[in-house]
Amino acid sequence: MSMVADAPLKNAVPTDQELIDFVVSEARLIDQQRFDEWLDMYADDAFYWMPLEWNQTDPRLTCSLMYEDKLLLSIRVERLKGARTFSQKPKSRCHHVLQTPQVDSRDAATNNYVTWTPMHYLETRLDEQTLYAAWATHHLGVEHGRLKIKLKRVDLINCDAAFGNIQLFM
Amino acid sequence: MIRYAGNAAALRALVRDQEVHRDVYVSEEVFQLEMEHMFPNSWVYVGHDSQVPNPGDYFGTTIGTQPVLLVRHTDGKVHVLHNRCPHKGTRITSETCGNTGKFFRCPYHAWSFKTDGSLLAIPLKKGYENTGFEQSHAAPGMAPVRHVRNYRGFVFAKINDGGLDFEEFFGESLSSFDNMIDRSPVGQLKVAGGVLRYMHNCNWKMLVENQTDTCHPMVAHESSAGTVVEVWKKAPPGTKKPMAVEIIAPFMSPYEFFENMGIRIWDNGHGHTGVHHSIHSDYSAVPGYFEKMKAAYGEARAKAILDENRHNTVYFPNIMIKGPIQLLRHFKPIAANKTLVESWTFQLVDAPDMLLERTLMYNRLINAPTSIVGHDDLEMYERAQEGLHSNGNEWVNLQRLYSPDEAGQTNVAVNGTSEWPMRHQFRAWTKFMTMGM
Repeated sequence: MSMVADAPLKNAVPTDQELIDFVVSEARLIDQQRFDEWLDMYADDAFYWMPLEWNQTDPRLTCSLMYEDKLLLSIRVERLKGARTFSQKPKSRCHHVLQTPQVDSRDAATNNYVTWTPMHYLETRLDEQTLYAAWATHHLGVEHGRLKIKLKRVDLINCDAAFGNIQLFM
Repeated sequence: MIRYAGNAAALRALVRDQEVHRDVYVSEEVFQLEMEHMFPNSWVYVGHDSQVPNPGDYFGTTIGTQPVLLVRHTDGKVHVLHNRCPHKGTRITSETCGNTGKFFRCPYHAWSFKTDGSLLAIPLKKGYENTGFEQSHAAPGMAPVRHVRNYRGFVFAKINDGGLDFEEFFGESLSSFDNMIDRSPVGQLKVAGGVLRYMHNCNWKMLVENQTDTCHPMVAHESSAGTVVEVWKKAPPGTKKPMAVEIIAPFMSPYEFFENMGIRIWDNGHGHTGVHHSIHSDYSAVPGYFEKMKAAYGEARAKAILDENRHNTVYFPNIMIKGPIQLLRHFKPIAANKTLVESWTFQLVDAPDMLLERTLMYNRLINAPTSIVGHDDLEMYERAQEGLHSNGNEWVNLQRLYSPDEAGQTNVAVNGTSEWPMRHQFRAWTKFMTMGM
């Protein structure tokens, strides 16, 4: 199956539709547990950020649920494959429902494109099924003719609630 | 079926020298008795006074399952009040924390109270004339927790009048707080960075025990820390080790590392792992920090403070602190099979920001509901909570490195993989559970 994730752009500057398709295909790769391909969507210096506070501005001196570079993300992906990853025996599954991503800003000169995507994310394992509501903000850029994620920020509506395990990626 | 209420002998029989009965984890009746006896008889952590810096500031929390408020009174003193209106029981504050000004006002009937809890005013006061109100339970106002102690910023409270006084209860264990606080060049900590809240479907004691369990990291955390080690091996030679790898990789240290690091046992269930070294020993130096410490304390004392590498210090019943990383975990009981874990972080006042950055990274990587290390642990607790319902064996084994003469010994350092601290916690459990019964 061809995916937007690894497709070269038609032109040097992505269209709004290409940005939207890229964001939608990221969620699909997670849902299908194609984590290696998913990781390839991220730039080498990318970060994945889930704030702990409403409207959090600082990921360094304020705690986050996740603030992970590509090394840590790749560790998560490797861990999911591990023979002794007991919290994933049996494995979790997840499901995204996205609103159509909105292109908030586009700046070809600085190679910065920002989209905003309200979503529901559902994670399930054994008999438990948990629903989360969130907004995903993608900061995208073009590298070698392909879109890459520079920063993905996931703001949970109840970011400061007491959660059980959240095991996959939103 | 009631079997334990008022039955001290039955409760004592749950704890043997080398094993404990599963009912200490799964029985709702035992849990209720913990809330009625063990927690009220103990000095329980409430909060840090930096959470209520100004008069009128309050912070809502629990002692066991009882809601209480930590509040700064107009005279600057910190009080702990039962968070309940003396009229109809309404919880007084609407938020977890905030500033109430000069008085609390109940949102239901507008009874108001000074910030030390005493009754200030009641609307339609005439309605209480000649009713004997002065003799009522409501007249004094919001009930204060009478036994409160602020130890260098850390506030503890004891609900019952009986039991041990503060010094007797903690004894030499307070040295772990001292070390954590002394790591600030001005000897002061401040709550900072936000609190991580993680819901666990297991008994609170499983978490407390796990703080001194040194035989699980290399097994349970092979999935997280083991993967970190494997992935890091593939980094090009000469790559600078990231802070995250420094933090997680030591969890994979071999048994010998944990055997040699030692465990210290104090009275009343307290104790700490990491007598000689710990998983925190090999963190990179933070630029400018030692110079500040040296200027504040002199070189020898500064070195002595920072050479202390206590791993986890358990303060019975339900907190753990990590001095070298300035972190406190609060295991809040909700039900026999449900526990809220709050992980709090502290800033060393007048120290470089990078220390707080490392503290927060540690908290995020190890203690968050999104943490892969946390997933490893919670999976084991929840499997235990389920498995204990098996009738195949009603006893949990705590026998490793047991010695018949250990009961009564205190302030001893032993092999770091010993289950002595857990046996010791259960001796304290029996003591405070049956005290006054």
